[in-house]
Parts: sequence; structure tokens; C-alpha cells
Amino acid sequence: MLDVRGLSKSFGGLAAVSNVDLSVDAGRIVSLIGPNGAGKTTLFAMVAGFLTPDAGSVRFQDRDLAGLKPHRICGRGMVRTFQITQPFAGLTTLENVMVGAYHRTADRREAATRARAVLDRVGMAAQAEQPADGLTVAGRKRLELARALATEPQLLLLDEVMAGLNPTEIDEIVGLIKQIRAGGITIFLIEHVMQAVMNLSDYTYVLNDGVLIAEGAPAEIAADPRVVEAYLGHGAAERMRTPEDGHA
Amino acid sequence: MAVRTLLFLAALLVLALIAPLLIANRFLIDVLTLILFSAFLGQSWNILGGYAGQFSFGSVVFFGTGAYTSSILLMTFGIDAWIGAIAALFAGAAVGAFVGFLSFRYGLRGSYFALITLAFAEVFKVLANSVEFTGGGIGIFIEHEPGLARLQFDDPAGYYYIALALTVVSLAIAWWLERSRFGAYLKAIRENEDAAEALGVNAFRCKMYAIMISGAMGGVGGTFYAQKFLYIDPPIAYGVATSVEMLLVSIVGGMGTVFGPLVGSFVLHGVNEVTRHYIQTPGLSLIVYGLILIAIIGYLPNGLIGLFKGRARPKDAEDA
Ligand SMILES: Nc1ncnc2c1ncn2[C@@H]1O[C@H](COP(=O)(O)OP(=O)(O)O)[C@@H](O)[C@H]1O
Ligand SMILES: [Mg+2]
Repeated sequence: MLDVRGLSKSFGGLAAVSNVDLSVDAGRIVSLIGPNGAGKTTLFAMVAGFLTPDAGSVRFQDRDLAGLKPHRICGRGMVRTFQITQPFAGLTTLENVMVGAYHRTADRREAATRARAVLDRVGMAAQAEQPADGLTVAGRKRLELARALATEPQLLLLDEVMAGLNPTEIDEIVGLIKQIRAGGITIFLIEHVMQAVMNLSDYTYVLNDGVLIAEGAPAEIAADPRVVEAYLGHGAAERMRTPEDGHA
Repeated sequence: MAVRTLLFLAALLVLALIAPLLIANRFLIDVLTLILFSAFLGQSWNILGGYAGQFSFGSVVFFGTGAYTSSILLMTFGIDAWIGAIAALFAGAAVGAFVGFLSFRYGLRGSYFALITLAFAEVFKVLANSVEFTGGGIGIFIEHEPGLARLQFDDPAGYYYIALALTVVSLAIAWWLERSRFGAYLKAIRENEDAAEALGVNAFRCKMYAIMISGAMGGVGGTFYAQKFLYIDPPIAYGVATSVEMLLVSIVGGMGTVFGPLVGSFVLHGVNEVTRHYIQTPGLSLIVYGLILIAIIGYLPNGLIGLFKGRARPKDAEDA
């Protein structure tokens, strides 16, 4: 469904994303993990048309996305959420989601009906008339998800929708994501926290310093010394393997 | 909309329609005409600045171009002002498209957009000053030949009714924005352009439509002005004071609201007239005027309309 080849982007001298290849198959939940600053958000931004890659290609449903603006990419059925939530602060929660719903209908009543259905689904029906800038962190994350869902995408790019949430809230959103996939939407998600991703994804990519260092089923990934090292620092894998060995 | 609001608005419209019959004072009719006209120009700014969030500081450029278009058509080619008004509408929209394309294509936002619009207005002023067919610095004197086709009247009520019609149409446009996908998209762009794009909103196209609608309204306003005051020159047509008035009535009344510009226009012109009449010390009335402005802008971020909208929403109370 999504096919990324040789994607690269530098900011000044910093190679934020270097020569990344990855693909997301229809119907799956694929995750992209890696430490802060690894280049995950930059990769998403390029895939969704917000940043122009220095090199490489992005294909979605066998069509090249080169040069397409974000709204055109949304029109093709791929929509992203923002790690730093970007609510329409002066509008109500319902109005926020209606902007997404209008992608599929020009009719105001129809858009409102669909937006309310999405709010129901993400458990925000009670906040429908509330101004979006009054929402809690968890509420804003859900709103990101709800707006994107309202555009009725085929592929949903979720950028750290669990960051800053407590364990109960994370459980809820994990359930929600599974439900969304069950509804036929393919999901490509970024998470910084590894555990949350483990029981959720079918396949995982690990990015570190802009470079893909590992990929595979989550269980394999968790055992991969390169991944552990990327997260815990140089030598960590060694130390973990021989925890009793003091001088390692 | 609540039935009560609808009735209130209907009553207001009836009152506005019969006002010239009730008011014998020509001066007062003129003041009301200017208030309505200013509300109309304010709404033109409000669609671009209040709804779409693109703060123009040079919206007079549409007004001036409209004024010149119909005035030149009338005085050089003898074409009636009602046709001139239609030409002015298209001229205003065209200038809107021109300014919008150059600004939005290159991603100018916020204060950069404000500055570029101001610069365009200044450039048009210089151009109008230096070319032949605008009458240069001398300007254009418009013959007074009363008649509907010329949009000129002996009775000030004639101008009043035209200003009222313009205002009603501008309110209808804002009302449509409140109810339509296009309006929802403009607000989304105002609140967060990136997020709007992510959700499939073609921000460039929406902003282009917004500035063209705004420009078309400003253009028609220019024709009205020229036919009423019978004279235009570059400082009148492209002066920064009109740009400021357009945004002030919107900000004071409430940006991005249907009735903001109308309320703002009533209050600002009202305050202006009152201070001018009752405060004789030269300059003092301006100070009072300025203080009131500061108070409104400082304490009512949503304008005067915000006072009425501030009521707790029943739904919020449930949630709390
Ligand atoms: N617009 C930008 N300008 C300059 N540097 C940037 C920009 N966006 C991201 N970066 C840098 O690129 C690197 C990757 O950032 P990001 O993609 O946000 O990482 P992640 O999402 O994995 O935490 C970081 O070092 C970050 O500082
Ligand atoms: Mg990130």
C-alpha cells in the first residue's frame, strides 16, 4: 500500500533521515520506533507531503506522490496526525472533526452527523460542543485521531498518539487503534515508547539517527541488540546480556 | 437559528427599511448611510481577515480600484454606473486574485501578508498618481445627474437604500460562510493552516476565493463611494485610513462573526460623532476615541459581539 524508497532529508548539515526503505501492507498495523530525534516525524512529514525529500520516492497505492501537496495526498486516502497536536483552537471539538468530515461531503448536516459518529467512536461525544483549546492532552490526542478518521482514509499515519497519556488512557487508545484496523483502515504509527507498540503492531521498523537499523516482528525487534543499544546507549546490549559482569 | 433571533432580525430590517420615512433630518440619514457603508466595507475585510485569518492592511486597494473602474467608465466612456459597478466588482476580484496569487503562492502569512497588502495599496496609489487615464493627482470629478442607472440621487434616502442593500448582501455572504463547507474551511485555515491541509483542505484555493470575494465587495464599494461623493483622487481611493477603518470596525465589533462589522461600525461611528460634538477641545475627541478603542481591543478580544456570545453554553454546564 505504501512504499518508501531511499528517502532522505537533511537540515543544514544534519541528516535527519538517510536513505530509508520501508513498506506498509494493506490491512496491517506497522510501527516506526526510535529514540527522540531519530527522524521519525521528519519521515512522516515527507510521506504526507509536508516536507520535500532531498532524495527518494514515496508511492501510495502504486502511484508516486512526488510533489503532491498534503491536501492532495489526503484526497488519495492517506492522512497524518501531528505529534505536537494542532487543534483548530477557536473551534469546538465537533467543528474540528467536521473539517475532516467535509472531505467526503459538502453538506453541513451530513458532515455534522458523520463527525458526531466519529466522536462517539473515539469516546469524545460528551466534549462535542466544548472549545478544542480547553481539551486535556489526552483529549487533544484523541481529537487528532478523530479528525483524521473523519476524512475516511485508507491509511492512517499516527505520530505518537500515546505520548503523555497515563496507562489507562494508553490502553483505551490501543483498543481504539485495533478497532480502527478491524474497520479496514491500514495503520502506520510512530511511537517513542516501545512497550505500547509491542502488542499492537504486526511489523516494526526501528530508526536511529535517521537510519533504519532494524525491522521485523515486534518480538524479534525487542531482542535485537542494536535496538536495545539505540535506546539505552552504547554498550547497553552488552551490559544487559551479562548483567552480573561488573566491568563490562 | 432561534425563532426569536429571526424575529428580532426581521424587525431590525423593517426598521431599517422605514427609517428614512421616520427621520426628517438629512444629516442623520447621511450618518446612517455611512455607518452601513462602513459595515459593508468592514465585512469585505472580515471575510478575508476575520474568517480566513489573512490580515490585510491594504484592503483599500480593492475599493480604490473599483472606484476608478466605474468612474473612468462613466466619465471617459459614458457607461452608466450600474454597469460600472459590475465592472468594479470584477476589477476588485481581479486585483484580489493578483494580490492573493503573489502572496499565497509564496506562502506569505501573518505580518508578511499584512505588509504586502499595504505595499500593494501604496503602489496602486503611486500608479494612479502618475498615469493619464486616472486623472493623475487631479483626480476625477463625477458629474451629478441623478437617476437609478447612475446610482445618484437628490434625496439622501437613495444612497441610504443602496448602502442598506449592500450591507444586507454582505451579511448574507457571512451567514452563508457560517453554514457552508467553504466557511468551515476558511476558519480551519485561520486556526491552523497545516492541520487544515492535512485534512484535505486546499488552503491556497480557499484563500484565493476569500480574497476574490473580499475584493469584489470592495470594488463595488468603490463605485458607491464615487457616485455619492462625486470625486476621487489617489489619496481618497488608495488611502491607508480606509484600510484601517475596514479592519477596525471588524475588530471592534468581532472578527469572524456575521454581525461584527455592523456592530463595530455603529459603535465606532457613534463614538466618533458624539466625541466630535461634545468635546470642543481640539484633539481631545481623538484621544477619547483612541482610549475607547484600546479598551475594547484590550478587554474584549472577541469584540463587542463577544459580550453576547460569552453566555455559558448549556452543553458546557452539563460537562462540568
Ligand atoms: N524543521 C527542522 N529544521 C531543522 N532541524 C529539524 C527540523 N525538523 C527536525 N529537525 C531535526 O531533525 C532530527 C529529527 O527530528 P524528528 O524527525 O522530529 O525526530 P523524532 O520524531 O524521531 O523525534 C532532530 O535532530 C531534529 O532536531
Ligand atoms: Mg517525533
